[in-house]
Amino acid sequence: TVTCTSAHILPCQRVRGIHHTIFVPLFHPQVFIGNEWHESCSGRKIPVYNPTTEKLLCEVEEADSDDVDKAVRSARAAFQMGSPWRSMDASDRGHLLNRLADLVERDRLLLATLEALNCGKVFLMAYFVDLMATIKTLRYYSGWADKIHGKTIPVDGEYFTYTRHEPIGVCGQIIPWNFPLMMFVWKIAPALCCGNTVVIKPAEQTPLSALHMAALIKEVAGFPPGVVNVLPGYGQTAGCAISHHMDIDKVAFTGSTAVGKLIQKAAGESNLKRVTLELGGKNPNIVFADLEYAVEQAHSGLFFNQGQCCLAGSRVFVEEPIYEEFVRRSVEKARSKVLGNPLLPGVDQGPQIDQKQFDKIMELIESGKREGATLECGGSPGGQQGLFIQPTVFSNVRDHMRIAKEEIFGPVQQIMCFRSINEVIQRANATQYGLAAGVFTNDINKALTVSSALQAGMVWVNCYNAMSIQCPFGGFKMSGNGRELGEYALQEYTEIKAVTIRISQKSS
Amino acid sequence: LSIRQTDMLRVKKIHFNNNFAYLINLKCPNYLLFLQIFINNEWQDSVSGKVFPVYNPATGEQICEVQEADKADVDKAVQAARLAFSLGSVWRRMDASERGRLLSKLADLVERDSVYLATIESLDSGKPFLPTLFVDLQGTIKTLRYFAGYADKIHGTSIPMDGEYLTFTRYEPIGVCGQIVPWNFPLMMTAWKLGPALACGNTVVLKPAEETPLTCLYMAALIKEAGFPPGVINILPGFGPTAGAAIASHMGIDKVAFTGSTEVGKLIQEAAGKSNLKRVTLELGGKNPNIIFADADLDLAVEEAHQGVFFNAGQCCTAGSRIYVEEPIYDEFVRRSVERAKRRIVGSPFDPMTEQGPQISREHQSRVLEFIQSGITEGAKLECGGKALGLKGFFIEPTVFSNVRDDMRIAREEIFGPVQQIMKFKTIDEVIERANNSDYGLVAAVFTKDISKAMTISTAMQAGTVWINCFNALSTQCPFGGYKMSGNGREMGENGLKEYSEVKTITIKMVAKNS
Repeated sequence: TVTCTSAHILPCQRVRGIHHTIFVPLFHPQVFIGNEWHESCSGRKIPVYNPTTEKLLCEVEEADSDDVDKAVRSARAAFQMGSPWRSMDASDRGHLLNRLADLVERDRLLLATLEALNCGKVFLMAYFVDLMATIKTLRYYSGWADKIHGKTIPVDGEYFTYTRHEPIGVCGQIIPWNFPLMMFVWKIAPALCCGNTVVIKPAEQTPLSALHMAALIKEVAGFPPGVVNVLPGYGQTAGCAISHHMDIDKVAFTGSTAVGKLIQKAAGESNLKRVTLELGGKNPNIVFADLEYAVEQAHSGLFFNQGQCCLAGSRVFVEEPIYEEFVRRSVEKARSKVLGNPLLPGVDQGPQIDQKQFDKIMELIESGKREGATLECGGSPGGQQGLFIQPTVFSNVRDHMRIAKEEIFGPVQQIMCFRSINEVIQRANATQYGLAAGVFTNDINKALTVSSALQAGMVWVNCYNAMSIQCPFGGFKMSGNGRELGEYALQEYTEIKAVTIRISQKSS
Repeated sequence: LSIRQTDMLRVKKIHFNNNFAYLINLKCPNYLLFLQIFINNEWQDSVSGKVFPVYNPATGEQICEVQEADKADVDKAVQAARLAFSLGSVWRRMDASERGRLLSKLADLVERDSVYLATIESLDSGKPFLPTLFVDLQGTIKTLRYFAGYADKIHGTSIPMDGEYLTFTRYEPIGVCGQIVPWNFPLMMTAWKLGPALACGNTVVLKPAEETPLTCLYMAALIKEAGFPPGVINILPGFGPTAGAAIASHMGIDKVAFTGSTEVGKLIQEAAGKSNLKRVTLELGGKNPNIIFADADLDLAVEEAHQGVFFNAGQCCTAGSRIYVEEPIYDEFVRRSVERAKRRIVGSPFDPMTEQGPQISREHQSRVLEFIQSGITEGAKLECGGKALGLKGFFIEPTVFSNVRDDMRIAREEIFGPVQQIMKFKTIDEVIERANNSDYGLVAAVFTKDISKAMTISTAMQAGTVWINCFNALSTQCPFGGYKMSGNGREMGENGLKEYSEVKTITIKMVAKNS
């Protein structure tokens, strides 16, 4: 049994796990608008599953376009000139984000459990990685709120000019199911820090941690109503309503490239809302002959989170002299992974998120076999129940194969061979994606040359997945546009106004 | 009341939160005070064995005695700070965000103990309790939180230099920073110094003013409770000519930051030049012009000008002590200012009705009275006040002079007391010239509804901060500091970080460059 630390006495929701039933106080499976809980306008509900057991966890109210309209009205009202949110000290906005971080820290165990249950995520990973990053992100942006500086500018002519960095307005945010809580905070933290109001739609598969965050936002008791609105719903309905909405000023989306394209189209068709996208990747991980611990890094770089990462290093390019040995060791590592109930210690890999993803991954695995790659290990569904897939390694992969070109988003590692530095740079860049890349080498010249040459938003040298909230994150080409995290994220949530005042006499 | 550490009936040394503290009975409440030198997260007696007395300026009576640091203690502290700064130390290897977490924790602890800190601050400095709680304590907490937020946002740059190179800058901490803070806002000045220094990763040797060491020493206990590694912050109560001078001329200190009088600021800069060229930032005095145009909101201007000079019993570097009033409204302005000054309530700092407490010391009170005398002698018109108030403590009546000429001592020199000078002006060019005619340049203010006048004056003032239709509008986000002899460098805001960073440029040869 998981003991919850919240002291509130409210109707509880029974949430079923595998061997545990947990009572989640403060859990409202409803739509959160204007700091209040609402039923959906349509009356429909979304079933929420535990991918480990494929059993129903609970149902949540399903938001559709009418609910989006309600939420946008609330967010717009909260954004009016003179509203409490607009007239608040910037440092107070930061203070609220800090208090929210305190509450997440208080409920860390509960939130990690919800994530593990709802996503099939390994619990220890959820607790130490997802939750840690969530708390740090909130604290990081709480620090930025009163440090968003415009400039004063020496323009030509008798003028005094300065810029104001204003919030954009009502921001629609659509987040994925692979890191539900962390993605929630990556979105709301910079948005709120800059003074925007938010209408956020968690993925239909994984709304639970987002709804708990809504409850915590209400508990902070400082965010005015309408500043944050949480709408569980489907992409084709609620998500579509957001991206087409005429009164939403900006949409931020994290998800597949296919849907990202739809979002950008919708923005163009509607009101030219600002768009930022964090999409897929087919990330190259380049290993030169002089560094061997790369096997471990390449392994976790691909298999982390059941392979369900936009950052997955799914094309491992290994220099010829060490290729055979690298494959051998990678296979050994893959074979040693323990599949099972993600809530249990000692488990390395949980299930994939749902049947649709499972089918897609299996289909790509079959294509790898058909197109002539060497299946070194795995390649079949995992034991236990329906959504597990064995850690799979393909060698002798050629660049034209589907497994080398398309994002698999599963526990499937491709290992290719290369001879020269120019060849590998060219092959690594030969993709429409461009999110991340890794380079393993001791040679300073190779490190600098390759990292400069790769068309990727993040390049890691002798490491992989080395992320931190202070550092910008985002993609080249069709991996997205704009950057999240770090100071750079602030630009995406700011509208710049230049104010020019005529003066009678200028002085330098 | 007279309490000495050796008086075992009234003073008890106790263990409190991993600290040695002194429980002192001052009639009714028991005060928990820290009275020793703080080095390496440990409380220590002075090397010399000397102690010095600390007084309550509202009564003139001694509160307690504090260990007196001198050069030998400074040497010990610098050694500890240097060790805490060495490459590979816990402090150097810490995530920047973790440094920020520690500062945030310290802010939480100050907030937790804010009523108590405001009480000791009032007792020690004579500042009225309520303003201390709402201004000083809030300013302290907000400053710590502000810089807590900056710790992991100190960015260097990558730079497209000429040639086949990859170049970037690192913003490193400078090293061991000596910091000397004044007695007019003891706790808040401590936070202003510690915040940016620690955010940037430096280690610190800080000397509070000898008149007001108590809140700073309490802060040391909170620093230990917050979890800062030993040696990162060291607090040395002592005197300027001994401990302060030792800091300014120390060969092992990389930077000195001083807030205080211009006179001592000059000595600090000299000492830095004579010793090891340590970096110097100075926040010094001011003789700040407050310019009131005829179209100003008169009620607002009178009140702001009043508070602007009388706040903290006039003991502010920002005191608006030269008030230039446009001729048409001059007489009315003087009349209203005198009426306001006569209404100002002077009394015990712990009386909630009190607006003005005592001056900090007998010596300082005498100085101010001497200035007032010079005003009378040199022919200014004494409109009200002018005398000491009461028998106990160091109080002075709120004093207003009109018909002040620019060449009088009260118009040129920093009085640092509750004495308001009101002058008359005719044209904008004239007042700009007169306002700038000073060796000081800390702040200035202008009251007008006319946007052109506001823009013209604010551009023309040789002052680090210019206020339009307000006064003393300070906030941690804004850089603060002086032109000319009011100091150099800026505190607060993003600019505050620059003074605590050393920039290193790293240039790496590339095999081939690409934009």
